[in-house]
Amino acid sequence: MSAAPTPPSEEDLPTPAIKNRRWIPRLVWVVPIAAAVIGISLLIRNWENAGPRITITFLSGEGVQVGKTLVKYRDVTVGRVSAVGLSDDHQTVLVSADLSKSAETLLKADTQFWIVRPRIGVGSVSGLDTLLSGVYIGMKAGAATLGEHQFIGLENPPALSHGPHGRELQLHAARAGSLAIGAPVYFRQFQVGRVIDENLLSDGSTRVTVFVDAPYNGFVKPVTRFWNASGIDVRLGADGLKVQTESLAAVLAGGVAFDDGPTEVVPAAVGMQADFTLYKSETEAMAPPDGDPHYVRMHFAQALRGLDVGAPVEFVGVNIGSVVAVDLGYERQDKSFPVIVTAKVYPHRMGQAYAVLAAQGHTESNETLAAFVGTLVNRGLRAQPRSASLLTGKLYIALDFIPASPRAAFDASSVPLELPTVNGTFQQLEAGVGRLVKKVNDLPLEQIAADLHTDLTDLHETLSALHTRVLPNAEDTLSALHRTLDSADRTLDVESPLQRGLAETLSESRSTLQAVRELADYLDRHPDALLRGRRPQKVPERPAAASSEAKP
Amino acid sequence: MTALKRSFDLGLVLCRTCGLAVSRASLGMDLSCPRCRGRVAHRTPLSTEMTLAWLIAGIVFYIPANLLPVMHTSGLLGDADSTILGGILEFWHSGDWDIALLIFVASVAVPFTKFIAIGLLLLTVRKNSRWQQHQRTVLYRIVEFIGYWSMLDVIVVALTSALMQFQVLGTAEPRPGIAFFCAVVVATMLSALSFDPRLIWDQRV
Repeated sequence: MSAAPTPPSEEDLPTPAIKNRRWIPRLVWVVPIAAAVIGISLLIRNWENAGPRITITFLSGEGVQVGKTLVKYRDVTVGRVSAVGLSDDHQTVLVSADLSKSAETLLKADTQFWIVRPRIGVGSVSGLDTLLSGVYIGMKAGAATLGEHQFIGLENPPALSHGPHGRELQLHAARAGSLAIGAPVYFRQFQVGRVIDENLLSDGSTRVTVFVDAPYNGFVKPVTRFWNASGIDVRLGADGLKVQTESLAAVLAGGVAFDDGPTEVVPAAVGMQADFTLYKSETEAMAPPDGDPHYVRMHFAQALRGLDVGAPVEFVGVNIGSVVAVDLGYERQDKSFPVIVTAKVYPHRMGQAYAVLAAQGHTESNETLAAFVGTLVNRGLRAQPRSASLLTGKLYIALDFIPASPRAAFDASSVPLELPTVNGTFQQLEAGVGRLVKKVNDLPLEQIAADLHTDLTDLHETLSALHTRVLPNAEDTLSALHRTLDSADRTLDVESPLQRGLAETLSESRSTLQAVRELADYLDRHPDALLRGRRPQKVPERPAAASSEAKP
Repeated sequence: MTALKRSFDLGLVLCRTCGLAVSRASLGMDLSCPRCRGRVAHRTPLSTEMTLAWLIAGIVFYIPANLLPVMHTSGLLGDADSTILGGILEFWHSGDWDIALLIFVASVAVPFTKFIAIGLLLLTVRKNSRWQQHQRTVLYRIVEFIGYWSMLDVIVVALTSALMQFQVLGTAEPRPGIAFFCAVVVATMLSALSFDPRLIWDQRV
């Protein structure tokens, strides 16, 4: 090889083999084409999946963050907030959210949105997860058909966000009591639903919306009665102390209970009615329908302390109404102050009696009813305040037949009806006690006391005479008796001379008798001794021994 | 420079595998080395075409790589899908500007630079330009060098997904975007690889 590089002749060099595969590198174009296809398919899919963009109006956008705050339906994310801005008048916050395609069908005209924040109520705690994750927008699908992309957000979450199966009912009451949204609904002490809404209607009454979960909604029938099981129902009435509660939770949060009403008053089937009356208590709810009240007025010529508004009115022991007003009147003629009691009376509460009266046509109109009351008054119907309980001192009004009552005037045309009255039993008792006291008062107590005093003085004098004259003599007599006994005692003593003499005499007589027995014995064995005298041998020994024995 | 001769001028073609010099007689054909059966070519065949194809693929993949989320994190503080740009902004806003810058350079600046650089090289070669031949060669080397640094993002996602598996407390999962990003990196690297830098010098000065 020379220093300068010279191209070698082509013959010197090996010739490369020819391979015809020029098409292979061109396969590389598959890559960008594939990339483009993938990209376009992604775009198409994305475009297909792109859901609607909705705008929700809230009063406050507290905690809502663009790109982070989610829209959730049944706790499943269906969208994300894409923009937060103010409305043109700066009064509201406009929250825009991109929803997924699947959520499109949820967007109805009455679909509801609200911001979920942690909420702590008496009955429940909700939204605690938002403490960490931040707020999210809750969603409740509506039922209307119209699609809508502009919504007004709720400031408070609806009580039922997930539309469970069950039945919504409207309860009407003058007062809602201590009910709160979320308060439980009980059926025979089982919780079967909850209060979802409360409204104050324009007429001042309240409408409580409750939701009864399936399958318990079947228990709600046309005859069902609802009552307020709120808190502890403590009543100190004429019937004494009454405490009633449905459950401990109901004590705290209030509640509604329902049950079948009295079955004998089943009204005609009204289908699936959704409006019910909310009674104040179970007893009130379960009472048969009262019908329209009739008002009566009574004048009592006595103080009626203990007669409250609401006190029962009893007809022959049956509660047929209650006192609605206790007022003080003035009678010009005798310048007295009668107590005017107005009561409402439900003739329906008379039960079977009412049915009989209705059958006889006495209840057709107010006039016939008043006329019938007039006949009752003629038979002795009187109103009388009576003490319901000695413990509480409460009074009730008894409508009773008092046969001995004096005839009373009755005006059947007065409105309200005026019922004649008699004074209460307690007052009669009071009068009796008064009479007794008067009799006691009338006794000549002073005279009696003076007589008694004289007698007592005489007695005293007698006693003092006894003391000064009789007693000393008695003392002398006693001391003489004592001396006599004393001498007798001394006479009878063991050491007395009489006693000693007696003992010696006895001892001597015994010795004498001994000697007589020995003589007899000797004579028995020696009859001849009488004739011959005593034989001298050994006989004298024995009496000596015997006498020495008896001596000591 | 005029005096310098290229192998082509000498009628030679070198086998790039075994170094055998072969005749350039059959230029333009797809040749193989008679000794080692390796490919013998005066210039990489269809170099510009393949470079262009990979470049287009890279650019196409780059769109979904940025639009689609690359990572999904979920934990006590909620779920979040993060895209590359979103992540950069998040880091920037939270004060970690250095990390933001690093990710920006690795996943936005580098791929972009590569697209522009390779595009420029292709354009000048196609136009048989004699402009800045030295600098263009340097540019090519830079493109080759920085190519794999773009894999930083992919590695970040892979590591995070592997390490952050605390169930309730927090989990991270890759999302399709990272696959596209990976495809971008691979496509641009292949594009740079397909480019035959000798083409820069084919036009005599």
